[in-house]
Amino acid sequence: MKRALISIASVALLSSATLVAQTMQINGAGATFPYPIYSKWFAEYNKLHPNVQINYQSIGSGGGIQQVTSQTVFFGATDGPMTDEQLKAAPGPLMHFPTVLGAVVPVYNIPGFSGELKFTGRLLADIYLGKVKKWNDPAIAQLNAGAKLPATDITVVHRSEGSGTTYIWVDYLSKVAPDFKQRVGVSTSVNWPLGVGGKGNEGVSGLVSQTPGAIGYVELIYALQNKISFGTVQNAAGDFVRASLESVTAAAAGAAANMPADFRVSITNAPGAKAYPISSFTWILLYQDPKDKAQGKTMVDFMKWALSDGQKYCAALGYAPLPPSVVKLGMTALGKIKL
Amino acid sequence: MLKSRILHRAQTMDGFRLGTGVFAFFLVLIVATLGWELWRQSLLSLQKFGFGFWVTETWDPVAGRFGALPFIWGTLYSSILALLLATPVAIGIAVFISELCPARLKQPLIFLTELLAAIPSIVYGLWGIFVLVPAVRALQVATPSALRQLPLFSGPPLGVGMLSAGVILAIMIVPFTSSVAREVLKSVPAAQREAAYALGATRLEAIRAALFYARTGIVGAVMLGFGRALGETMAVTMVIGNSPQVSWSLFAPQYTMAAVLANEFTEAANPLYLNALIEIGLFLFIITLAVNSLSRLLIWRMGRIGKEVVTLPAPAEAAA
Repeated sequence: MKRALISIASVALLSSATLVAQTMQINGAGATFPYPIYSKWFAEYNKLHPNVQINYQSIGSGGGIQQVTSQTVFFGATDGPMTDEQLKAAPGPLMHFPTVLGAVVPVYNIPGFSGELKFTGRLLADIYLGKVKKWNDPAIAQLNAGAKLPATDITVVHRSEGSGTTYIWVDYLSKVAPDFKQRVGVSTSVNWPLGVGGKGNEGVSGLVSQTPGAIGYVELIYALQNKISFGTVQNAAGDFVRASLESVTAAAAGAAANMPADFRVSITNAPGAKAYPISSFTWILLYQDPKDKAQGKTMVDFMKWALSDGQKYCAALGYAPLPPSVVKLGMTALGKIKL
Repeated sequence: MLKSRILHRAQTMDGFRLGTGVFAFFLVLIVATLGWELWRQSLLSLQKFGFGFWVTETWDPVAGRFGALPFIWGTLYSSILALLLATPVAIGIAVFISELCPARLKQPLIFLTELLAAIPSIVYGLWGIFVLVPAVRALQVATPSALRQLPLFSGPPLGVGMLSAGVILAIMIVPFTSSVAREVLKSVPAAQREAAYALGATRLEAIRAALFYARTGIVGAVMLGFGRALGETMAVTMVIGNSPQVSWSLFAPQYTMAAVLANEFTEAANPLYLNALIEIGLFLFIITLAVNSLSRLLIWRMGRIGKEVVTLPAPAEAAA
């Protein structure tokens, strides 16, 4: 008995020792929005390369930027590009790599109305500035001829916590409405002129569904998965577009023509007749000159896989895949990492 | 030989005392480093905004202008509201259990009130969203418009807001206040009640005498509940509406210190923003520390007074 125990223990010890010797652990942290696709990618990549284990903490974009800057993790992930000031604070040049796309959609709860509403960026900005106060406002009626809208007060709902979703939403509204940019501005959390805050997509959609006359914004994935109906938004070409994986990818393709070399680009209000205007990339952050070359090599290999084979997992999880033009640019940029 | 054994024992005792003393000291050290670290990490904001931080109503992370007034206001308002709602109920429960309750009901009741304290706050929050908030909204819709003109009831009927936060906090602090108040009542010497009865007091008057005797400790129990309400985060942030404004209205969505920390900390990437948040944490730390110390002091004083009185064995106990 005793001998059996000892042999089991020694086998366990030996195997764990060899495991430690071979497995490469890479740690990352950041945005919550891409967490489902990232964890799917890391699991699939682990099946292909059993010796590589990538751990990801979805602590939020701000936390991801902080941790990668202080080098407590090997890579970061963010929903909003880093500012020049943040880049300067990092100990070495950090590179942005777009991985997938997300979009934000307006959701509403209007008593006695269940159709699809049309919005313009101007109208959404006016609602979020408190200038349009009732659902039967001429500005809404004009866009939605035929819809019978009640004289209910509009209750504005926004995210209470700092969030990449808020970043995309206010980035779009700031682009189309200069007064919104001046009054509110662009950040992951902002000083809202009015409204109530819900925590997370579920908090916002919960408040909207419970409050008659409410309007809010949630991630496209969340709306699709929970079968919440949402409105269409007019894009830069003047068309009213319903958010879908195709229309979000189209927005990225439209913006790819003028892609800056560092990928720090906002693709809200992108050109193209089919482009959904409230779309955004989400990025992985890597040092151009990584301290640990072995980890760097593995991470670059993973990124190449994620940008090519990995993209096929996007649709099933509700993410819009990158257009081929952006994948090509990403592959080229990965070659610049010093290994 | 005997001498050396006694000496050895004394030495062991000294070692034991030292060892446990180190642990106790460790606790003090943790609190001190907490305070120090909070102060150190909020220096940027302390230097930039100074005292203005506490009286400014703007919270604008984009422009880098930070003022904590709405959060302080919201924290104090919601906690005081909760206190007003919870105190009569909690003291009622304590009096019933310790003075009036049939013996058979006593344990189940104690268990039930303590069960309330064991429910995680996120569960309270979910219950708040799905049950309390719609109920509060219905109440708001039913409020006569004449009343709605008053600043206390102004604003659209949202459901989420100060009233929902106050109610949910009240439910959460009832078990704390009532358990401590019960213990305090238990520590009232039987001689006090006996004396009241001896003077011809009715049962109600005897209870009043006991309550009066226990008043310091009961105030301490209430303050303990207050301290708990100040720091409650999850349930409050789910129902208060998270809107940084200073308003008297019970219907208005507002914000608390703990809620803003929970909401904004993860995405605060800018140093000044982070420092401003930590300064709020520092303030919350100081307030809760002060409130809790004060309440403990009151309860402790009560316990000491209780011991000074020469207690006679209660006849009821003697009979049993």
